[in-house]
Amino acid sequence: MISLAGRDILHSWGKFVLTGIGLGLLIGVTLSMAGIYRGMVDDAQALLDNSGADLWVVQQDTQGPYAESSSLRDDVVRSVLGLPGVARAANVTYLTMQVRQSQGQGEARDGQEVRAMIVGFEPGQPGEPGYLVAGRHITRSHYEAVVDVRTGFALGERIRIRRHDYTVVGLTRRMVSSGGDPMVFIPLKDAQEAQFLKDNDAILNDRARTAANPALNRPGVPGLLEAIQASQAANHNVNTVLVQVQPGVPAESVAEPIRRWKHLEAYTRAQMEEILIAKLIATSARQIAMFLVILAVVSAAIVAFIIYTMTLGKIREIAVLKLIGTRNRTIAGMILQQALGLGLIGFIVGKVAATLWAPIFPKYVLLEPGDAVRGLVAVMLICALASTLAIRAALKVDPAAAIGG
Amino acid sequence: MKLPTNWSLRFGLGLLGVLLIVALTYVVMRSGPLAPTRVTVTQATVGSLSPSLFGIGTVEARLAYLIGPTAAGRVSRVLVDVGDTVTAGQLLAEMDPVDLDERAAALEASIARAASVIAAAQGQRRDAQARSVLAANTARRYVELGAQNFMNASAVEAKQQEHASADAAVTTADANLAAAHKDTQRLEAELAGLQQQRDNVRLRAPAQGVVISRDAEAGSTVVAGQAVLRLMEPESLWIRVRLDQGRSAGLIKGLPASIILRSNPSVPLTGKVARVETTSDSITEERVALVALETLPSGLSTGELAEVTLTLPATAPALLLPNPAIRRQADQVGVWRLEGGKLHFAPVRIGQTSLDGQVQVLEGLKAGDEVVVFSEKDLSANSRIKVVDTLAGSKP
Repeated sequence: MISLAGRDILHSWGKFVLTGIGLGLLIGVTLSMAGIYRGMVDDAQALLDNSGADLWVVQQDTQGPYAESSSLRDDVVRSVLGLPGVARAANVTYLTMQVRQSQGQGEARDGQEVRAMIVGFEPGQPGEPGYLVAGRHITRSHYEAVVDVRTGFALGERIRIRRHDYTVVGLTRRMVSSGGDPMVFIPLKDAQEAQFLKDNDAILNDRARTAANPALNRPGVPGLLEAIQASQAANHNVNTVLVQVQPGVPAESVAEPIRRWKHLEAYTRAQMEEILIAKLIATSARQIAMFLVILAVVSAAIVAFIIYTMTLGKIREIAVLKLIGTRNRTIAGMILQQALGLGLIGFIVGKVAATLWAPIFPKYVLLEPGDAVRGLVAVMLICALASTLAIRAALKVDPAAAIGG
Repeated sequence: MKLPTNWSLRFGLGLLGVLLIVALTYVVMRSGPLAPTRVTVTQATVGSLSPSLFGIGTVEARLAYLIGPTAAGRVSRVLVDVGDTVTAGQLLAEMDPVDLDERAAALEASIARAASVIAAAQGQRRDAQARSVLAANTARRYVELGAQNFMNASAVEAKQQEHASADAAVTTADANLAAAHKDTQRLEAELAGLQQQRDNVRLRAPAQGVVISRDAEAGSTVVAGQAVLRLMEPESLWIRVRLDQGRSAGLIKGLPASIILRSNPSVPLTGKVARVETTSDSITEERVALVALETLPSGLSTGELAEVTLTLPATAPALLLPNPAIRRQADQVGVWRLEGGKLHFAPVRIGQTSLDGQVQVLEGLKAGDEVVVFSEKDLSANSRIKVVDTLAGSKP
């Protein structure tokens, strides 16, 4: 038995293939949109994974350090370390800012700016990047940086954060903030300074202001003014303390005494995920999700119309088939097979296209196999449904149209 | 004629289908969870590393002087300015002496008067001595005449009493003269004391040095101990280096140092650890070492930031790995060992590290073991891996 669908495709193969590719690009856009949504959620997850923490200790009554700002004294970590069930704890600071290339490294790269999240961490403690793709970890206690490859900085380059230049010694991957900004890891003490140290003009103004205060600048007490000014310039704050609990100890049992007796807030991994995904990226994620739904509906409509018009385009041939006594089932089968074939080509082209262009997106696009399978089922269903419309039109055609019209 | 065209068409379409399926398979295997994680591996090698310590410090003067009065007072004049080089003993500033000069003048007058008193006492003494000599002669004559009974006894006794009185008058005159001398000495001593006080309000340089600040001007009042001027000895500049406590093992006096000043980063200077402070800062968790420069560059300023690298002696040979190979699993430190294409987590004990990222492995690994260094993502024991030479994004 010869395949009617196959014969028809062979007859007008160019049209069929081009339609399939066009459909594929549309499906590719839909898959990419799903990937963008998944990527946003995954960025938030990656942030939590990479910190390597079981507990986040932050300022009381805040939802820091990612969703809100939080400020703690840097000696809090010592009292946290003394709690039962705590394996490791470390101070960390987060600050999102523009990072510049240092001057004098060739004209093309001078002053290149990247939006990045500066992470201040203590080497060998939670918060350190877990893996590198090149270079080495930080070994000096100052002025070295490990950066995400997405920043575009290369090993050995010098970048400027506030008033100091840092040498890039290591590269890592998929270390991003919840907003998708790549991370730059620098030693904690430098990060504290970058976050809290004011610019020189502000420091000079503050000094003058303090010196103008007669209560602080007393003639009979030499050294008082200097002491006050030194204490104003010192900073001992961090944003959060990352805690790793001992294996087998539930995180909540460590969090509870911190909340109750240390007068701080402590979030477990699940709570932090809730804050990030349900609060921080909620609106933008919903925005993308809404767009995804509309795109899916539009794609479905376009697929249906394409198949419908394709059938209408060969209505005369179908009339001839009916005239020579072809059964309705055979005609319906031909249209359904063509529709499914078109859907399959479209899906494959779409999947390939989405995978190929995903790395070009500025933010992370995560194409999940689950989404792809769901997409395949949806495409096939839509094609099948759309073909029923076309089959109805084909079956209603009058065989006389073959010789009339 | 129709058939060949038809066949080639079928063949073309079939090829297109195969191509699509190959492309799909390729992208499914290349991305997503089915794709292998690309890693690079290295072999643990035996070698020795030269660990170094790194810290930042500020330039300070070992010998700095705070020049100020010992009592509250008003500055009358300041003779030097910031940047001036001064010699030991040079007059730098003077405090207002208030009435010291007048008191000295009064004392000098008193001393002059005391000299007159001495002269008067000497005159009185000579007078008494003359009287005494006369009384002695008269008394002797009366005694002789009395012995020959030319004089009655009462007249003789009267002359003898006159003689004794005259002697006593001499003694009194002697005592008066001595008192006048002592009075002069007292006044002279008082004057000397006053002069020392006068000298004390002159602020002099205790040693050769450079004026680094001028904190009070003529007319301003300062309390005891407050600085009018500050001096330092430029030859005594050294660098106070702060080193992370956790990375300060092996810090001792005499370690060679390489110093990079912020003002001139292209020229590294050499020096030596001159002192290691026995107390370390518990708040900043840092140790403090003082590094002396071998040759002082000209124009060095105090308070300048410097990066200091101290070189420790090379360690005994041990297994070495680059530090990205060291990973953490739960509460263990270890490495991912590659054995027959499978990953095994091998807990290791690590020793010293060097600033260029080499780590000593003391236990848990043999020489020649293949170990994962870089990876695209976090690894686990069932990760599918693909070993490559370098990972994407790593530029030379």
